[in-house]
Amino acid sequence: MSARGHIRRRAIVSRLLIAACYAGAGIVILPLALILWHLIAKGWPALSFSFFTEMPKPVGEAGGGMANAIVGTLILVGLGAFFAVPVGVGAGVYLAEFGRGRFAGMVRYTADLLGGVPSIVVGVAAYGIVVIPMGGFSALAGGVALGILMLPTIIRSTEEVVRLVPQSYREAALALGAPRWKVTQQVVIPAAGAGIVTASMLAVARAAGETAPLLFTALGNRFWSTRLDKPIASLPVMVFDYARAPYDDWNRQAWTGALVLVMIVTVISAVLRITVRRVPR
Amino acid sequence: MKAARVSPDRVYRAALGGAASLVFLIVALIVYETTRGSLLSIRTFGLGFLTSTVWDPVAERFGALPYVYGTLVSSGLALLLAVPLGVGTAVYLAEIANRRVGALVSFVIELLAAIPSIVYGVWGFFVLAPWLRAAVEPWLLAHFGFLPLFRGYPFGIGMLNAGIVLAIMIVPTIVSISREVLLATPRSLREAAHALGATPAEAIGAALGAARPGILGSVILALGRALGETMAVTMVIGNTNRISASLLDPGATMASIIANEFTEATSPLYLSSLIEIALVLFAITIVVNGLARLLVLWATGGRRFAVPA
Repeated sequence: MSARGHIRRRAIVSRLLIAACYAGAGIVILPLALILWHLIAKGWPALSFSFFTEMPKPVGEAGGGMANAIVGTLILVGLGAFFAVPVGVGAGVYLAEFGRGRFAGMVRYTADLLGGVPSIVVGVAAYGIVVIPMGGFSALAGGVALGILMLPTIIRSTEEVVRLVPQSYREAALALGAPRWKVTQQVVIPAAGAGIVTASMLAVARAAGETAPLLFTALGNRFWSTRLDKPIASLPVMVFDYARAPYDDWNRQAWTGALVLVMIVTVISAVLRITVRRVPR
Repeated sequence: MKAARVSPDRVYRAALGGAASLVFLIVALIVYETTRGSLLSIRTFGLGFLTSTVWDPVAERFGALPYVYGTLVSSGLALLLAVPLGVGTAVYLAEIANRRVGALVSFVIELLAAIPSIVYGVWGFFVLAPWLRAAVEPWLLAHFGFLPLFRGYPFGIGMLNAGIVLAIMIVPTIVSISREVLLATPRSLREAAHALGATPAEAIGAALGAARPGILGSVILALGRALGETMAVTMVIGNTNRISASLLDPGATMASIIANEFTEATSPLYLSSLIEIALVLFAITIVVNGLARLLVLWATGGRRFAVPA
């Protein structure tokens, strides 16, 4: 009798625990769904063509857009990619093709550690490396900070993608008498090309949403500027400023800016994640 | 072939290796810059910097304790909320949900990990804070007000809000790594448990036991993210320099004080103190992340996972 009771108790406990897992999944997804819902509900009404083409209006005037911030973000992200993509892809290819020794292991571990450095600390470092020597805040400093943040992701995903190139490609090329470097440069890299592009783009898209490292590198700018040696506006920093401002108009635009930012980041990520599975390898 | 000729293979390999070794240079530069920048503050305050609660830019006296406290408490609260939910979700995705649902839900969760932290901040500030102020915090005060944890006024902004927003932000890290670790454990563990008459939950427990180091790694990795998270916390924590046992009170974290005051720091000592906070934060996250990576590496037998950074 007591043995049966024991079995029944275990069965009940099992059901409860599994129900708790269902509940856990529900509770995890709920706030994420809520965030997306509020983002669309509050950001969509003010979303218009002029948001992308007009400059910010002074307080009190309705309308206006964040054209300078959108262009600024593109410039900053482009600069970051300019610094990080060649280095990251080179390092990733090295790790995948030649990365068996202790040196490679150290590179991997250091890259992983770099990926864990808080973005605000990267901002402080970029302040010391670029802002102080240049004597002022600049787009260049922001680009350096974003580049450092992109690097670990590019290295890691490039390595993964290059590793997926079948060994038989390398063997075939070597059998034809091609030297090792030609095998990598002219067979392996082209074969992994689509994957490398995707991997880099993912890292670049992710960096577009970074705010903290730009606060005291690129600073922000109410006006139109595309100069690399001057402070430049960016979408995340502008959203931050507008959200903290005591004006309802600005708060509404902060929501719209946040929505645009999320669209830029997640649409690129989603499209890439879906297409990367279809890339022929 | 002449022996003296430099082989192109070597040149090629050295060029790629050079790109790879830039990683060391960058980390070294970050260490160098944050250390150099904090020298003035270190010389002025010594170890007292970490134990002092005074933050007075006018009198030029700086102590980081309230910020260290705020960082630890907000991250701890986030873990308290995120770990049970995250592990439960990972179990659901890896063990209970069918393959397609599991893949779809984890795809969505990973996408959400890509949402910029400023967006979480905007949401926490405009949506979560009014709700906490109007509904949750008055309820906590009425029913648990006897605990020192829930004293004071329902501001909506404060440690509780920061902890909740952080929990939402780190849950995807815990879910996606724990799920992969669970999927990597051998099926035979569950089969053996079932064969011995285990209930479904007990069989999952056997798999969880094997996955424990990896799950612990994912938790520590999530902790690393929470400690360094800046924008969301800056928007919802209230940014006041005080240590309070109550979760309803506003506070500040190491990251939030840097984000708030760096461009306002007018004197060299002020700036240097902020950079020293960055150095301390950097050191803490390096230790935490190093530990987490080792655990994940150990748990998965050297396989590296794509970790949402």
